[in-house]
Amino acid sequence: MAIMNVNPTRMQMSKLKKQLLTARRGHKMLKDKRDELMRQFIELVQENKKLRDKVEKELSECNAHFINASAVMSRQTLDSSLMSSKQQTGIDVKSKNIMSVDVPVFETVSASPDEGDIFPYGFAFTSFELDDAVSSLNEVLPDLIKLAEMEKSCELMAAEIERTRRRVNSLEHVMIPRYEETIKYISMKLEENDRSSRTRLMKVKDMLLEKAHNYSDKNES
Amino acid sequence: MVKNIAIIGDSESVKGFGAVGIDAFVCDEIESAVSLFKKVTNQERYAVIFMTEEIFSAAQREINKLTEMTVPAVIPLPGARGNNGIGSKRLSAFVEQAVGSDILFK
Repeated sequence: MAIMNVNPTRMQMSKLKKQLLTARRGHKMLKDKRDELMRQFIELVQENKKLRDKVEKELSECNAHFINASAVMSRQTLDSSLMSSKQQTGIDVKSKNIMSVDVPVFETVSASPDEGDIFPYGFAFTSFELDDAVSSLNEVLPDLIKLAEMEKSCELMAAEIERTRRRVNSLEHVMIPRYEETIKYISMKLEENDRSSRTRLMKVKDMLLEKAHNYSDKNES
Repeated sequence: MVKNIAIIGDSESVKGFGAVGIDAFVCDEIESAVSLFKKVTNQERYAVIFMTEEIFSAAQREINKLTEMTVPAVIPLPGARGNNGIGSKRLSAFVEQAVGSDILFK
């Protein structure tokens, strides 16, 4: 692991130590965030899978109903019966915050006040198969909206988890080791400087003492 | 903020949805899927856009641009021609993206 390109000074080292502390704290928090996001995501995605299977089954039933309807009615009547819809399904979009991810919440607001008022045609020229088809589709609708909400949430959360995981990994495996090694390098360097200046001082002291007392001359005599 | 729902797909698959209050956009040729999808998203009227699986895979690139936004939610549904599993694959892809490997649906 490469160390950072810094001057080995005490000042720099205390700065780096502070940064390392921040990095550690950030790493811990991001890790917690990732774990919690993951837990919620797994829960949601399992529910989502169940709902999707259910919706897909229901939709294929709806399609079967429509095929029945088109078998007993002419194509023109069928198309024109379905063309003029009375109701316009609106959804109220709110958002919910799950661990800093904004996920949508959809609430259905139906334009037509009467629940039974779903058929956009008169009953005189249409078959009951068509009624079946439309009412079955109407029953799937809440599930469809729920599915949309869930899948979008999953999509957003998956992206956020990926980002958070990258951050956690980069802190854990790159940033923090780099800080640690740089701090170690600086402290070694400082100790080394310390030792070298100490030996120099001892040497100088020896030389000065020798000059003052002339030890070597005395020893000789 | 009240928005609407749209569905894009072949005429066979979408025709019933008009009756239950969903704006149906008919797209019988795969080639026109991308331009139609752009038209639908540009209006910003729709919070949910359902697409049949064929159309969904044809417009995949455009759809990916909307991944980061809260709305619209673009959701693939099986059409009248049957289910080719794109919806479930998409879920597996989410798990793979989040966890690193598909640990749930294998």
